[in-house]
Amino acid sequence: MEGLERIVREHPFFAGMTEDQTNLLAGCAKNVRFEAGQYLFHEDEPADQFYLLRSGRVALQIAAPERILTIQTVGESEIVGASWLVAPYRWGMDAKALELTRAIALDAACLRGKCEDDHSLGYELMKRFMPILIQRLHASRLQILDVYGAHK
Amino acid sequence: MSTALTSERPAVLPHADPMVPRIGRVRKRVRDLSDVWTITVEMDEPFYFAPGQFNMLTAFGVGESAISISGDPAKPEDGLIHTIRDVGRVSHALSHLDPGDVVGVRGPYGEGWPVDVARHSDVVIVMGGLGLAPLRPLIYTILANRKDYGKVVLLFGSRTPTDILFRAELEQWRRRLDVEIQVTVDAATDDWFGNVGVVTTLIPRATFDPGNTVAYLCGPEIMMRFGAAAMRDAGVPDEAMYLSMERNMKCGIGLCGHCQIGTVFVCRDGPVFRGDKLRPLISVKEL
Repeated sequence: MEGLERIVREHPFFAGMTEDQTNLLAGCAKNVRFEAGQYLFHEDEPADQFYLLRSGRVALQIAAPERILTIQTVGESEIVGASWLVAPYRWGMDAKALELTRAIALDAACLRGKCEDDHSLGYELMKRFMPILIQRLHASRLQILDVYGAHK
Repeated sequence: MSTALTSERPAVLPHADPMVPRIGRVRKRVRDLSDVWTITVEMDEPFYFAPGQFNMLTAFGVGESAISISGDPAKPEDGLIHTIRDVGRVSHALSHLDPGDVVGVRGPYGEGWPVDVARHSDVVIVMGGLGLAPLRPLIYTILANRKDYGKVVLLFGSRTPTDILFRAELEQWRRRLDVEIQVTVDAATDDWFGNVGVVTTLIPRATFDPGNTVAYLCGPEIMMRFGAAAMRDAGVPDEAMYLSMERNMKCGIGLCGHCQIGTVFVCRDGPVFRGDKLRPLISVKEL
């Protein structure tokens, strides 16, 4: 458990949190590992955890008829999964490990409970999630713009 | 804006009459992508240029267009190399010149990438699509003098895997142990196992010292604007960034005003600008 607390405390996503807060979060955490090709989760399944990647790479994908569309890839030190934050807590896409991936999985129900009990913890967590979500939103907008087209 | 010419040799002076092209002959034409071609032009005398400069190329009987030089400034014997996207009448004609055909060359023009400012600093080069072409002379120069720089990070974004420009060369650079290189595509094909997402998403993943970094960005203007913002978020100030602008250049020497943005002429004062000089200009709509 000490090892997990240290890993959570030292993950860049939680930088700046107090030790008490990271210890609380570590209570919801476990180490997980995915082989290349293995799915972290599938679209429309319950979003019951989120992942802090420690190593490896994950593709966020949406299945279309006869093909899989990769929206984004994320890697070491990045997070996978935000649907656990918002009802109805179901994944909006698939997440597939592209290579051997090690991560910390945080149980969503456990986290939501701790955030309800301790709003400061919830606020600290939101302060870390929101910039990432905004960055990804901006990146998605740029992707949609298709800026490399010949006439852009 | 200060400009450092990387070559120790003096750049060839434009013709006595800067509006009269010199004549070159196409030595080689290579198709890089479905709509992108690289032509090598043979000149009567060695043609020296600084990374980031451009020439006005004439397809006789069709017209003239500003084209970045994409070759190695230290190897004039390789010929004068330009990479051209076939998007209009002139670029179509230029990109379809056959070996032996004549081409008009005016230049080299413009302020290129300042290389000396990055000595002893980390270097981050952010490229989108065809933006790799005008940055390639800079990359050649930095890699040829690798010991003069700290970390060298190349971040390249492309529309799809099949649109990756100079792919063989990117793979060759990736094999070096002294360069960090990351490639991403906006839209992946089924056989692509690399990164997916816009090139700006690579910036937070790269390792460099933001307080001692010089960044060079080239690509579509929107990409550069957001790329510069991501570099600022990473802690690199506008003063340590350089961006290459593209505008409709006609005379190439700051006379006609076609490429004017605010108070500057892209052909004469650019195409490379320091971030703090450019930021007030590219953030204004309709300029």
